[in-house]
Amino acid sequence: MILTLVGVSYGTLDGTAQRAKGVGADILFRPPGSSAIGLSSAPMSDKIPALLMQEPHVTFAMGTMVQPLSGFDSITGLDLDDFKRLNGGFHYLQGGPLVNDDDLIVDEFYAKQKHLKLGDVVSLVNHDWKLSGIYEGGKLARICVKLRVLQTLTGNPGHLSQIYIRVDDPNKAQAVVDALRVKYHGYQIYTMEEFTSLLSINSVGMLKSFIGVVIGVAVIVGFIVVFMAMYTAVLERTREIGILKAVGGSSGLILNILFRETLLLALLGAALGIVLTYGTQWLMKHAVPASLVQETVYGWWPIAAGIAVVGALLGAIVPGVKAVKQDVTEALSYE
Amino acid sequence: MNEAVMIEVEGLTKTYQVGDVAVHALRGVDLQIQKGEFVAIIGASGSGKSTLFHILGGLTPMSSGTVRINGRDLAGMTNAERTQLRKTTVGFVFQKYNLLPTLSAEDNIRMVQYIADRDTAFDPAFREVLGLLGIADRLKHKPRALSGGQQQRVAIARGIVNSPAILLADEPTGNLDSENSAAVLKLMKDLNKRLGQTILMITHDAEAAAYADRLVKMKDGRIV
Repeated sequence: MILTLVGVSYGTLDGTAQRAKGVGADILFRPPGSSAIGLSSAPMSDKIPALLMQEPHVTFAMGTMVQPLSGFDSITGLDLDDFKRLNGGFHYLQGGPLVNDDDLIVDEFYAKQKHLKLGDVVSLVNHDWKLSGIYEGGKLARICVKLRVLQTLTGNPGHLSQIYIRVDDPNKAQAVVDALRVKYHGYQIYTMEEFTSLLSINSVGMLKSFIGVVIGVAVIVGFIVVFMAMYTAVLERTREIGILKAVGGSSGLILNILFRETLLLALLGAALGIVLTYGTQWLMKHAVPASLVQETVYGWWPIAAGIAVVGALLGAIVPGVKAVKQDVTEALSYE
Repeated sequence: MNEAVMIEVEGLTKTYQVGDVAVHALRGVDLQIQKGEFVAIIGASGSGKSTLFHILGGLTPMSSGTVRINGRDLAGMTNAERTQLRKTTVGFVFQKYNLLPTLSAEDNIRMVQYIADRDTAFDPAFREVLGLLGIADRLKHKPRALSGGQQQRVAIARGIVNSPAILLADEPTGNLDSENSAAVLKLMKDLNKRLGQTILMITHDAEAAAYADRLVKMKDGRIV
């Protein structure tokens, strides 16, 4: 459980970072006060890209609008011609680009999760869209529609959520960012590398706390589950401990046997837990590929194993010590 | 001390405190058991025979009196010393067999050898005893795959594998039918005769007690 939750936390962030990288821009320009992971409004004028393109070294700027949906999903409005100019456009696996105003394109993962076929009608933001294309994942967003249509539908005509900028020399991206930060004070402007590095558990302020709480709960629940399981198992073996004592087993010997047995059990359990994370990974990949992505976080293997071992040992030793301290005849009569 | 005496009990008392009430389980027991004797202690429920069994086996400390097992005085023994006594001097057979369910019959027997820091291989003489007990071909089985009689015979083998000075048996036939009871008692008698194993058996069954060389009757915490 711990490894799965940690894996999902890391995987979701890395998936977002990968899609941002897949845009092929050098700089990301976002409205003042926006956070690294969410955009809930479109406060920037769509005149800004044109202004940005007049800046030194900027060769192109493309604005998009992002409207959050339920859960982890969001819908992105964009101009496909601009997107093609930025990075060559989407690679369509089925169908083709947005032609009509009601057209919608989605990535392969979203299509798989929602069992969508070309021509299907999809209701999003109180509007019925017709699926016109399914593209290869890993670029920009999972659900895309025409920018102008989304702006109108959400009451944000002429407004953007973020702007992707391309420069003539990627090595100059930082210098351009520095210059833009002076000129556009308050805007959140990052090189793409800087932005994707911010999409980590340790870099996103609120997310760090949220993930911390999720992982903390997983650790506590995991610990309690292991502790209680061992506690009950050893408590039920009070009679066996009584037998060992009756035939001359010393408290030290009995606790030593219990310790080694528990350690082995905890390590086997941890190994089984690691194997099971591959199962949940496979399940998420096939059942909800667009919503949840689980990564294998090797750094957490020893931590999870440590939690299992400590929880199991405490869970075993507490009733174990109680049992060996108990009168032999009482332990023998334990049912 | 007479070297032929295996168990010597003088003025033994045991008082349990149950809440505010003092329960006098033993009220001054005197008893001597010679080496190689097969003695049955018989008495009704509550007569104190199980308490005597627990004290002689070092499972419970006494309140007062003197108890010597094979020359070792149990009075004032610490828990660790009583554990040592159980490891080296006393073997047990319980009414409920008390075999470890996760171990095979063989491992249940080897387990007490391991606890006593002995070689866990069975020597030829003990293999002969296993044959005598009729469990030589059942050693690989877990207790749940054995009948009650077979489990009790495994428990007897476990009780004597370290050649204890005395084998204490608490109602060894209490959970067995009459046929298996007779078989187990006959085996105990055989072990006593062939190996000279000193046996003290607690029972409330007069038929079982008849297998012993000597009967000791208890009533209200005293030998009568």
